[in-house]
Amino acid sequence: MTEQVHRNYVRIWAVLCALLGVSILGPMIGIRMLTLITAFGVAILKAYLVAKHFMHLDIEKRWVAYVLLAMVAFIVVMFAGIAPDVMKHDGLLWENTAAKAAVERGRDAGAGGNR
Amino acid sequence: MTRTVAATRNVTGIPTGRLGVWWVLASETVIFGGLLGAYIMHRVGHPEWGDQAVHTNVWAGGFNTLVLLSSSLSAVLAHQAAERGNGARAAILLRLTAAGGATFLLVKAFEWTAEIGSGFTIGSNLFWSFYYTAAGLHGLHVLAGMVIMLFVAATAARNVELHRVENVGIYWHFVDIVWIFLFPLLYIAK
Repeated sequence: MTEQVHRNYVRIWAVLCALLGVSILGPMIGIRMLTLITAFGVAILKAYLVAKHFMHLDIEKRWVAYVLLAMVAFIVVMFAGIAPDVMKHDGLLWENTAAKAAVERGRDAGAGGNR
Repeated sequence: MTRTVAATRNVTGIPTGRLGVWWVLASETVIFGGLLGAYIMHRVGHPEWGDQAVHTNVWAGGFNTLVLLSSSLSAVLAHQAAERGNGARAAILLRLTAAGGATFLLVKAFEWTAEIGSGFTIGSNLFWSFYYTAAGLHGLHVLAGMVIMLFVAATAARNVELHRVENVGIYWHFVDIVWIFLFPLLYIAK
């Protein structure tokens, strides 16, 4: 399949290594938004490059990508359904006291050096 | 060699072996996606996990990422060699890929030994539960890939069933992609 498209795999690997360097060095600057971009934005870019060039998804039958994207869509639906309950600990008319207590316990343990 | 109809039919336009690998990866996407999705939502809801995440070793994780990226390169070069009919070279490159997997697991073993020795066990708190579950499940996939790869290398060395080189390579790249996301989640986000 790959012989239809000539690729320089070593060059793609070098780009991936450079992106790895960015994801490691990015957080050292200490800007939160920059860390999110260098860590997770770069991860998405690296995954894209591996899927396209190493897995050859760009020249595979298109429905394969659609099947994989459908699986990702399932995850997004799951995340959207559950995340509000897990990520938020209070709202206008409710409060998740157990979650708040867990956060406090965790902070106390962290401050005390407890594992 | 006679082959079964199931192994040779081609109604999807994709050889059956490769089709099977894609279906496996579709289910793996849900498995790892669900696990990582659950981790992300809990991580956002529990900022105190950052106090635990500072104890993961970024350099060990970064080195392992480099190892997996490099093993993906050798896997795709093995595929290229197989496409050119050079089974012997493909076998060497597949064994090199498996060696990359072994290096990855060795580093992970040292890392886990240090962490467990410092008291960070799977039962310490929910962060470490996710850490060991996600990295452990991924490690099992690395191990499975290595075993399959060595079997495929043995046949490729005899210049037979060379299409398997691509199939095992696709699986290996997926394992690489999972780690690409695990690395920032478990090591970078402090």
